[in-house]
Amino acid sequence: MARALRAMAAAAVFLIAAALLGALVGAADLTPWGVAATLLDRIPFVHLSTGMTPLDRNILLQIRLPRVVLALLVGGLLAIAGAGYQGVFRNPLVDSGMLGSSAGAGLAATVAIVFLGGLGGGAVPAAAFLGALAGVSVSWFASGGTRRGALDDGTGGATATLLLSGVAVGMFLTAAQTYLMQRDSQDLQQVYSWMLGSMATATWTQVTEALPYAAVSVLILLVHARRLDVLALGDDEARSLGLNTGRTRLIVIAAASLAAATAVAVSGLIGFVGIVVPHVARRLGGPSYALVLPLSMLIGGAFLSLADTAARTVISPAELPIGVVTAAVGAPVFVLILRRTQAVRA
Amino acid sequence: MSTMTATDMRVRLGGAVPVDGVSLRVESGGWTAVLGPNGAGKSTLLRALAGLLPYQGTVTLDPAPAGRGRRELARVLAYVAQQPTLPPDLSVRAYVLLGRTPYLGYLGNPGRADRAVADAALDRLELTGFAGRRLGTLSGGERQRVALARALAQQPRVLLLDEPTSALDLGHQQQVLELIDRLRRDDGLTVVSTLHDLTAAAQYAERLVLLDRGRVAAAGAPAEVLTAARVREVYHAHVSVRSDTVGRPVLTPVRPTGDATHTDALSTLSDDESRANPCSTRTTGSGPGHGA
Repeated sequence: MARALRAMAAAAVFLIAAALLGALVGAADLTPWGVAATLLDRIPFVHLSTGMTPLDRNILLQIRLPRVVLALLVGGLLAIAGAGYQGVFRNPLVDSGMLGSSAGAGLAATVAIVFLGGLGGGAVPAAAFLGALAGVSVSWFASGGTRRGALDDGTGGATATLLLSGVAVGMFLTAAQTYLMQRDSQDLQQVYSWMLGSMATATWTQVTEALPYAAVSVLILLVHARRLDVLALGDDEARSLGLNTGRTRLIVIAAASLAAATAVAVSGLIGFVGIVVPHVARRLGGPSYALVLPLSMLIGGAFLSLADTAARTVISPAELPIGVVTAAVGAPVFVLILRRTQAVRA
Repeated sequence: MSTMTATDMRVRLGGAVPVDGVSLRVESGGWTAVLGPNGAGKSTLLRALAGLLPYQGTVTLDPAPAGRGRRELARVLAYVAQQPTLPPDLSVRAYVLLGRTPYLGYLGNPGRADRAVADAALDRLELTGFAGRRLGTLSGGERQRVALARALAQQPRVLLLDEPTSALDLGHQQQVLELIDRLRRDDGLTVVSTLHDLTAAAQYAERLVLLDRGRVAAAGAPAEVLTAARVREVYHAHVSVRSDTVGRPVLTPVRPTGDATHTDALSTLSDDESRANPCSTRTTGSGPGHGA
């Protein structure tokens, strides 16, 4: 319990620090007191003198803060989705990017925007959700996941097959999405910016549109956290403990796909968050999903906020796609996790 | 205390029938060991008894579980796989606490009472000092005890144990079997286990069921089941059998005598291997229920 409290406290502090850094760092020169006072002044019946110019206030409230909040939200969603997938598939190397979920969401979101634009922005996450489910389902079936005992294969073959299948499906879906986007836009930079993820156009509208889907998916995942611990024992033992493994898997996959799809719909494709962050959460708080899931949310939000801050400052005034930053950090960590997993198996 | 009765059980896996018409009855507080060579259907039978495989026939528990659901069954019957998955980074206490899953609400948060039951199971198996240890740091014997503790935390009336002494050295094998026997006698648990070691099975189990290619070759008291002729017929192995001081058979492997005898044994073995059922693959499903 003490370890859990320490881990949650550390993650919360990390989140707040990352958010403050994101709010402070940028082209406009904002002071910590100015930022704090501006935020406190928003509370009803609280009136503080911020010392900021109207331009700086607008930059903070309309440009920087929505960007920070969206990064926290998207990072948290990608991380908790990754943790959910890892629990369901008993595999520490999967996330929404590796399972075709993000690519499916991206393609469906693109189709919704290009062909069904009249449905409104709120329908895009719903379309992305269906695409995410379709993507992970195709990856699962293509890897022979319906073969009985597939998940209980202790040789590691099921891991490699699922990853390969997910990557293949993801590449195909991304290619289809790229084709659609290029058909409707001659601006290649815009296409690739979306594919590599971006918070540059973050608005409060995007945040409020994503929030309901985020809330539902996170709530469902947190409710099923302990079931993932039981699932970790293997299907036979989980079922002998009274768990309905099939229903649990379906619910968690659906919730994780909704979380990933919501993130993709508002920010594009951002990789490695869902693999790296749950691994850090496990190192910090232990293997129980009762802690891994909420920790992943906090750490994932902080990580992506920091990545976004780096993306818009390292080559300022130009911006790096955020997916480049997460890949630069995440890919080496992925290799380390892979090597550690193989060493444990050996 | 619970009596388990299985009648005419049949399990089909793909094109094979690894369990073909098996019946057994285990009296309340008794220990029945299921024996047989590799591929005889022992593990498949146990998984079917646990409701983890679809089967034909009936399995009844007396008294019956409170309901027909999987959770109700899990409160009566605990199953330990041959090589249970023990997540290496999980603590012993957290793993044993998972045994309380059938009693937890939808959120699955264990309460004080659940923690007390888990701690009692740890104490029963002399694992209290190991509670904070990570599962990945335990020895083979300690892992088996922890798996038993997890099963005990379910507060079952019936224990189904698949090869509880596999991969253990002689000392740990004996330790685990003594532990199971003590639990059975002290807590009135009904035990059904598969065992490879025929002498150990004869020493600890009250009844033996010997399977051969999915069918019951013999069932009864150890002295009735384990004869040299029957072992030669089912296992294609030569043993000598003597009785210990309480009449339980003790088996000793012997080399066949004479070239002709040795050649006959080898050709018989190769013929029977070619007729043996293929190994079963693990499946999911449920049987018709375990009601009385």
